Amino acid sequence: MARPTATAQRINGALRHVPAWTLYLIGAAWMAFLFWQALTGRLGVEPINALEREYGDVALKLLVAGLAVTPLMKYARINLMKFRRAIGLLTFFFVLAHFSVWALLDVQSLGRVWADILKRPYVTIGMIAFLGLIPLALTSNNWSVRRLGRNWRRLHQLVYGIAILGAVHYIWLAKGFQIEPLVYLGLILGLLATRIRWKRLLPARWAEA
Amino acid sequence: ALGVGGLAGRAGAQEALEPNSFEEITTYNNFYEFGTGKTDPAKNAEALDIADWTVTIDGLVDNPGTYPLAELIGGLAVEDRIYRLRCVEAWSMVVPWQGIELKDILDRAGVQSGARYVAFETAVQPENMPGLRRGVLDFPYVEGLRLDEAMHPLTIMATGLYDRPMPKQNGAPIRLVVPWKYGFKSIKSITRISLVEQQPATTWNDLAPSEYGFFANVNPNVDHPRWSQATERRIGGGLFSSRQDTLMYNGYDEVAALYDGMDLEAQF
Repeated sequence: MARPTATAQRINGALRHVPAWTLYLIGAAWMAFLFWQALTGRLGVEPINALEREYGDVALKLLVAGLAVTPLMKYARINLMKFRRAIGLLTFFFVLAHFSVWALLDVQSLGRVWADILKRPYVTIGMIAFLGLIPLALTSNNWSVRRLGRNWRRLHQLVYGIAILGAVHYIWLAKGFQIEPLVYLGLILGLLATRIRWKRLLPARWAEA
Repeated sequence: ALGVGGLAGRAGAQEALEPNSFEEITTYNNFYEFGTGKTDPAKNAEALDIADWTVTIDGLVDNPGTYPLAELIGGLAVEDRIYRLRCVEAWSMVVPWQGIELKDILDRAGVQSGARYVAFETAVQPENMPGLRRGVLDFPYVEGLRLDEAMHPLTIMATGLYDRPMPKQNGAPIRLVVPWKYGFKSIKSITRISLVEQQPATTWNDLAPSEYGFFANVNPNVDHPRWSQATERRIGGGLFSSRQDTLMYNGYDEVAALYDGMDLEAQF
């Protein structure tokens, strides 16, 4: 592993005095700010779809941020570990907000919500990702970490699949060939690739070199 | 505003429609040449060069040629038409257009007997259209109508809205408006009109034939594969606006006869 560079040391030093709860504060304020913008016409003349997209977009960004924590530690020695739980929980809350705007303000009926989940693959995928986040959110506390032991790690590796589903959900709902959804998938796959232990996959004599 | 000339009973129905505001109509647009976001056209379309605009009319016509706009439509009756606009994405607006019946333009061009379809093409201005560089669609944007649809009195070539020249993001200086079809059929900033024998290629149909049909008539009973078309959201209702039922042919039942005997599930 690399030694922390001066920049990494500076970042680590600066973050040492930032408590993790500030992230919850920023997240909640951002969620409320977006809602207020939608309410007051600042997200354009069709605020329902705009708010739905804003919440979904933040959720995807948080997924990417959450997956970046480990590689940043491993390759750049930038230590964001203490923020990882907050990033994960905020991801869940933004997905919950995204889902709520879709179900309550956009689709507006339980029957149609159910019909969409069954009939529309991109909705199905989004729903699976959302449901997958629930056990992760419920076990994001010290008691669960102690209680589950090794299984906690295994359970939380679910997020790899959830992140891919989230990116595919975005690609699938876009019209035409759009770059942005593909960028998210690329970032997520790239961050997941950093977790593959390549040496294990290679023949032993290569690994020696 | 005047009703549809020559169609008794339509004028009253049009009066009942409450148009969206100029701001709503000009800040929420799909015009992929200027970006895929709904507000991108309002931000970027100012670059569209509409000086010395010409429209080429070719194919099976008596008077083919490239006409300056004034020559194409000069002397033809401009009418007010307050139409519903239903986007395939399940939102809708009401727009007070000014325009000329397409039939008047086609009559002036002299449609020959072999013509069965009308093909349209949008301008391509690479320096002015940032969306062209991103390759979201195959440009130029192309659309088409069957000749009887094109000749229908509801079909207009719009040159303005709210008594102002057509805003660029809405398809200046001249665009098609076919109110009973999903909005993507109403091609913008037209530079070519071709009278042809075979059904022409159309942009969205080429890209995803299972999602966007050639006819693209508004139909609450035929869903888009990725979302329901049974209801729509009227733009302008704010964060808590309710969905409303989508009407067959977007409420323009008088066009139903054009599709007699067609299987609307298959030819959507």
